[in-house]
Amino acid sequence: MACLLEAPLRISVLSEVTATSRHYVDRLFDPDPQKVLQGVIDMKNAVIGNNKQKANLIVLGAVPRLLYLLQQGSSSSELRAECAVVLGSLAMGTENNIKSLVDCHIIPALLQGLLCPDLIFIEACLRCLRTVFISPVTPVQLLYTDPTVIPHLMSLLSRSQRTQEYITQIFSHCCKTPEHQTVLFNHGAIQNIAPLLISPSYKVRMQALKCFSVLAYENTQVSMTLVNVLVDEELLSQVFVRMMQRDQPIDMQLTAAKCLTYMCRAGAIRTDDSCIVLKTLPCLVRMCSKERLLEERVEGAETLAYLMEPDVELQRIASVTDHLVAMLADYFKYPSSVSAITDIKRLDHDLKHAHELRQAAFKLYASLGSNDEDIRKKITETENMMDRIVSGLSESSVKVRLAAVRCLHSLSRSVQQLRTSFHDHAVWKPLMKLLQNAPDEVLVMASSTLCNLLLEFSPSKEPILESGVIELLCSLTQSDSPALRVNGIWALMNMAFQADQKVKGEIVRALGTEQLFRLLSDPDSNVLMKTLGLLRNLLSTRPPVPVLLKLLHSLLVELIDQMEHSAAVPSSWHIDQVMSSHGKQIMQAVTLILEGEHSIEVKEQTLCILANIADGNTAKELIMTNDDILQKIKYYMAHSNVKLQLAATFCISNLIWNEEDGEANAMTGSQERQDKLRELGFVDILHKLTQASDPNLCDRAKTAMQQYLA
Amino acid sequence: MDAMAELGAGSLLLGDPAFNYQEAELNERLKRLYPAVNEDETPLPRSWSPKDKYSYIGLSQNNLRVHYKGHGKNHKDAASVRATHPIPAACGIYYFEVKIVSKGLDFLSSLLPLSPIPGWDKHSYGYHGDDGHSFCSSGTGQPYGPTFTTGDVIGCCVNLINNTCFYTKNGISLGVAFTDLPPNLYPTVGLQTPGEIVDANFGQQPFVFDIEDYMSEWRAKIHGMIARFPIGERLGEWQAVLQNMVSTYLVHHGYCATATAFARATETLIQEDQTSIKNRQRIQKLVLAGRVGEAIEATQQLYPGLLEHNPNLLFMLKCRQFVEMVNGTDSEVRCFSIRSPKSQDSYPGSPSLSPRHGATNPNLHSAGADSPTCSNGVTPPNKNKSHNKYPGVSSASSSSSSSPSSVNYSESNSTDSTKSQPHSGTSNQEETSDSEMEIEAEHYTNGVAENPSARIMNGTYKHQEILQAQDISLEDSCASRQLCGGNQAATERMIQFGRELQGLNEQLCREYGKNVTHKKMLQDAFSLLAYSDPWNCPVGQQLDPMQRENICSALNSAILESQNLPKQPPLMLALGQATECVQLMARVRSGSCSFARVDNFLH
Repeated sequence: MACLLEAPLRISVLSEVTATSRHYVDRLFDPDPQKVLQGVIDMKNAVIGNNKQKANLIVLGAVPRLLYLLQQGSSSSELRAECAVVLGSLAMGTENNIKSLVDCHIIPALLQGLLCPDLIFIEACLRCLRTVFISPVTPVQLLYTDPTVIPHLMSLLSRSQRTQEYITQIFSHCCKTPEHQTVLFNHGAIQNIAPLLISPSYKVRMQALKCFSVLAYENTQVSMTLVNVLVDEELLSQVFVRMMQRDQPIDMQLTAAKCLTYMCRAGAIRTDDSCIVLKTLPCLVRMCSKERLLEERVEGAETLAYLMEPDVELQRIASVTDHLVAMLADYFKYPSSVSAITDIKRLDHDLKHAHELRQAAFKLYASLGSNDEDIRKKITETENMMDRIVSGLSESSVKVRLAAVRCLHSLSRSVQQLRTSFHDHAVWKPLMKLLQNAPDEVLVMASSTLCNLLLEFSPSKEPILESGVIELLCSLTQSDSPALRVNGIWALMNMAFQADQKVKGEIVRALGTEQLFRLLSDPDSNVLMKTLGLLRNLLSTRPPVPVLLKLLHSLLVELIDQMEHSAAVPSSWHIDQVMSSHGKQIMQAVTLILEGEHSIEVKEQTLCILANIADGNTAKELIMTNDDILQKIKYYMAHSNVKLQLAATFCISNLIWNEEDGEANAMTGSQERQDKLRELGFVDILHKLTQASDPNLCDRAKTAMQQYLA
Repeated sequence: MDAMAELGAGSLLLGDPAFNYQEAELNERLKRLYPAVNEDETPLPRSWSPKDKYSYIGLSQNNLRVHYKGHGKNHKDAASVRATHPIPAACGIYYFEVKIVSKGLDFLSSLLPLSPIPGWDKHSYGYHGDDGHSFCSSGTGQPYGPTFTTGDVIGCCVNLINNTCFYTKNGISLGVAFTDLPPNLYPTVGLQTPGEIVDANFGQQPFVFDIEDYMSEWRAKIHGMIARFPIGERLGEWQAVLQNMVSTYLVHHGYCATATAFARATETLIQEDQTSIKNRQRIQKLVLAGRVGEAIEATQQLYPGLLEHNPNLLFMLKCRQFVEMVNGTDSEVRCFSIRSPKSQDSYPGSPSLSPRHGATNPNLHSAGADSPTCSNGVTPPNKNKSHNKYPGVSSASSSSSSSPSSVNYSESNSTDSTKSQPHSGTSNQEETSDSEMEIEAEHYTNGVAENPSARIMNGTYKHQEILQAQDISLEDSCASRQLCGGNQAATERMIQFGRELQGLNEQLCREYGKNVTHKKMLQDAFSLLAYSDPWNCPVGQQLDPMQRENICSALNSAILESQNLPKQPPLMLALGQATECVQLMARVRSGSCSFARVDNFLH
């Protein structure tokens, strides 16, 4: 709307300019300083509350002249102050006004003006600066370009209640990044602003409080300092608690709750502290109630979601506080049918907040249900909950879609929900749709949810498989985002778990061995972990040996296929050759991982793969002929970590296994392997392990020893 | 307070100091939580009732601990107990907590309206621990909150403003459980399993849930409602009404200069003539100084016929005069005395007539509803005839007494010079020398500062009361506070006056018939003579200078009425009415009265 009107307005402005506004600007150029002063005062009275007049004067170039007068040392202090007042008034207009003022370099001029000793002038400058800085069109960075500005503003805090109000308001709007937090912190923001929390002026108290909320947000250093600050011999957290009392203004309660929330999330206050459990959490729940304004309900729900995200106990408490779960259902009822009928203004207001309300509710549900099964049940049993999530997944607003998928993800951690409500509402359908085309952050959540939906016991697994998800997941593994790569490979891993041959084959085909090997050397250890997990599932012992061999075969054939296509290699490869050559590649990868700096979990996974390989007849030879690997296994059998010992012992156990139904050469193979392993000293180690304190390890070592005796 | 005493008397543990301490703490907490509750009318629950309980229920620990001693085989074995009293509506918001000491299979914490013990199920409201369901007058529950078990503290809050109820678990509000609750609910617990034990907290200990914070929200809500109450079409007159309120108040109490200044500043008119205000002020000063004889004289002089047409008022004044004679302050006996006439007469510092405010004045609450003269037992029989009969009287006498300082015209002239000294009037005893006086004065000052129980009112009263207390210990040295100032002639005059008073009573009886109030008044006054130390006797209360205030305002009202002016300032009427209304709200069970207290608005 604004854009459309702008052009015609300009024209009409210009025609009127000469008649009315020109006069005001002309008077600023009068040689008599007294007349200039009167001109500025008249201009002040003319622009108050008159946006048109403001625009006119800006167009006519009043701003540079006012700035010139303001900066002139020869100007009287009264004139300078009046200039600052007029500029402040101009800034109160539209966003375009602010842009014009900023373009005229008003900020450095006003900041310079703060060095003047005259308090009235300082206050006028600060008021104008405040108005400019709280506008979203002003680049925040302008406050930090001159390093002397922040310390000077700190020193002005003691001058008057007005300077306190304006400066704290500037800080709270200009503190957007951790760097800003650090700058303010290093210049003593906490010590300087803390006493303002008990100022007699409500505005000052409120702005000081807002400062602390932006300073403490995700900032451990600030939060840790805040908990020890005393204001009038009272701990700051107690001051915040007092500000959350129910008879305080809602804005103050909410902002104080934010401060304590941020301090708690930064680790400065324990989650079981009574000021969190009995004060902050109930206060935020109250903010979600129907009695509050829509904006307050959004902020309350988002802050509450953030507060309890990592703590299951807080989630449990919140879930029973004041019927929160049911209260949130109301967030989806905007715009209500009543608002549409009663008045158009209310409908407009409701419409504007409807998205925000929905996404805030989804976020809060996601947080509530992230750990506790009972809470998840309570959420899914809320009226039309699953339908709301399903429709939320396809909303136009990215924010709502993201929040809805987060909520779904949180609920998808429940085995019961996966089996029941998720299947009943076919949530996989909108989810799959979402995966086709969405921003990365949505994709991460959606793919992560998909991982859970692909779990073996999930009834949604079958239909998802049939919808051709494998290609999609494989493409995710090629993403630049590590989170997406992890989720892609994770979903494939889940899919491959106890899957039938066909699915496994499809995965291998779609992914390609080359990509598989690439993932094994992924810089992100999570990716590596899940890839190993996938390999382990692909090579899982559950199907009998021939199937394993086939799988390995198909994997390698695929690899050869690719090599053929890329390097035009002759096609007469003998199957044994293929196996020996590419089995070697796998062995290399395994060795690489076992030698590398990987976590215990990764190594455990690797050893498990090895154990799976060791279960196959042909593949056994691959290991037996690889002294490096054998040494590794030996090493891990004596490792200090029981899990690794177990996995390594499992490998050996499989290698020495004496197949009852095996053929003659297999028997000999078994004997040969047993002899070789004895030579290498494995028997001695197994002996030792039978004495191990861990019962599982002990058992496994004993079972292995029995093979020798047999 | 009376209710508490009753409870204490019935308890075997009365002598236990720890218990008494706990009682005191409980009283203090209840008073703070429910300041609007008048426990004489509606006592607060303080323990479980040993009478209103099932036989399967055992009580111990001052009737605060409940244990189950039945079989607990099925639902028929469930048993409950309720508190000694229902929740008074004037609580506004009521809260109690129960700690689960030992959990059984089933537990319910519920509320019951006044009902016979059989048929517990009807009109009962509960929250069950085994399934977390809420039960409302029926056997089928609604899913409500979490389950609870040993160690949990369950609270129940009844909001008597919107008639809802919510429970708390370990200090966390579980949200509204019931709406549209009926009045007169009792805190109740029910148990069903052998070995179940629960402890109640009706305010004996600090609550786990911050109920005061919850109350503060409702207080703010109701104050906001009052502040935003729509004034309607008379909005424009609002300022004029307020100005009139202030102006009439000042005029009524005779703050002449202030009233004039206020009228000038607000450009309003004062109904009453300035000299008339000053006359009234002078008479009031005399009464408050205990010089009732002079006050009667001045009234008769300035408002001839007034007292003649108000024989009851005259009788009251005369009775007071007699009391003041005993006190030694009335001029008829004081002229015999060698003591300084200024003693006990003047209230140091002005204004001397400052009226008392708010809850500290027991008379105030009735002031709006009843006329003060009636409450004093004096019904002006001919008030309709009295006014307008003597036009111009006040102006005729005004020239002789236009200045307040002239009130001393009838005093003996012995110590005129000391009157203006700052410590004048601080002493009730004989003055021997200046230096001694100073020492005493200093001593009294200390007494004032150290006395923490002083009532909140005009500083002068306080001062004098303390002086009297001090006098007792100083009796050896200064022989103060003797009958009629210790003077023989004065005593004789007093006795003679007593006879005249007796005669007046008989005359009134003949004319208007017997008057019980008069008889009582006279008896009380004469009884003073029966004691060697009238100040320390059962009827000694009459000698308190504060007793002068009622008669003073009655006289003032009578004068105003005779001038066809309101006998009560509208401000006091409004205040009295508001106070009455709030009390009425409590009686008709409107819970918001607890947060709409009149004294919250008086500073």
